[in-house]
Amino acid sequence: MAVTRTERKSIQSADDVVRVRQTVRTFAVEAGLGLVDQTKIVTAASELARNTLDYGGGGEVRIELLQEGRRHGVRLTFEDEGPGIPDIGLALTDHYTTGGGLGLGLSGAKRLSNEFHLESTVGIGTRVVIARWK
Amino acid sequence: MDRIPILKLGGALIVTIQVDMHDRLAVALEEDLTAMISRTGARGVLIEISALEIVDSFIGRMLDNIASVSRVLDAETVVVGMRPAVAITLVELGLTLSGIKTALNVERGMAIIQARLDEEDADGLRSARGRYED
Repeated sequence: MAVTRTERKSIQSADDVVRVRQTVRTFAVEAGLGLVDQTKIVTAASELARNTLDYGGGGEVRIELLQEGRRHGVRLTFEDEGPGIPDIGLALTDHYTTGGGLGLGLSGAKRLSNEFHLESTVGIGTRVVIARWK
Repeated sequence: MDRIPILKLGGALIVTIQVDMHDRLAVALEEDLTAMISRTGARGVLIEISALEIVDSFIGRMLDNIASVSRVLDAETVVVGMRPAVAITLVELGLTLSGIKTALNVERGMAIIQARLDEEDADGLRSARGRYED
């Protein structure tokens, strides 16, 4: 698998969340994803970017265009140095929230992605990786 | 800070969301609409979202809140023009928007609100006539 393009975006404000959505959209178009798949990865990106901002205290996303044989895809890696998630299983439960949200961010982003990987260490930070393939 | 304009048409308020909303803008719209319903005594709120490329859990919650608050203030909210890709993604995200009335387009949405206004006019007329005949 080859990474053919990479872009990094800082996530420090609500405006940054919008910018992340827009950049992910251009990558999804470039990967040749259909309209529904584009919408899914952009929506997942919006949820995770907001999590990075609200729970992680800000952070960064790495957006990558992938190629594997004839297949193209987009991979997003969100990283923060926030408080971390003590119970990942619980955090991935629908409607569970420690903030004021609906508790659909993580679980929803997982459902909207083909690949989902979450690692978190309390006191160190959180990394979420998702990918969507054509 | 920028704001989304709200138009008043008879007993209805009309909002058309034409921008990629950041979270503060969504919160501002919720507040502005609530204030406007209470100030104008509007009985219907039409929110047109055909320009929205995604509806994530935050925007979904805003729409849900607007519908709930307007119901308490005796107005009905109808969300119209959702893109098919957005609808598919919303359901997969886990949001059903069960508290919100939706219509395919502005015409059908206005018909729902107009029907409610007509019904109330008829009720008002009947009770007025009832009093007269007593």
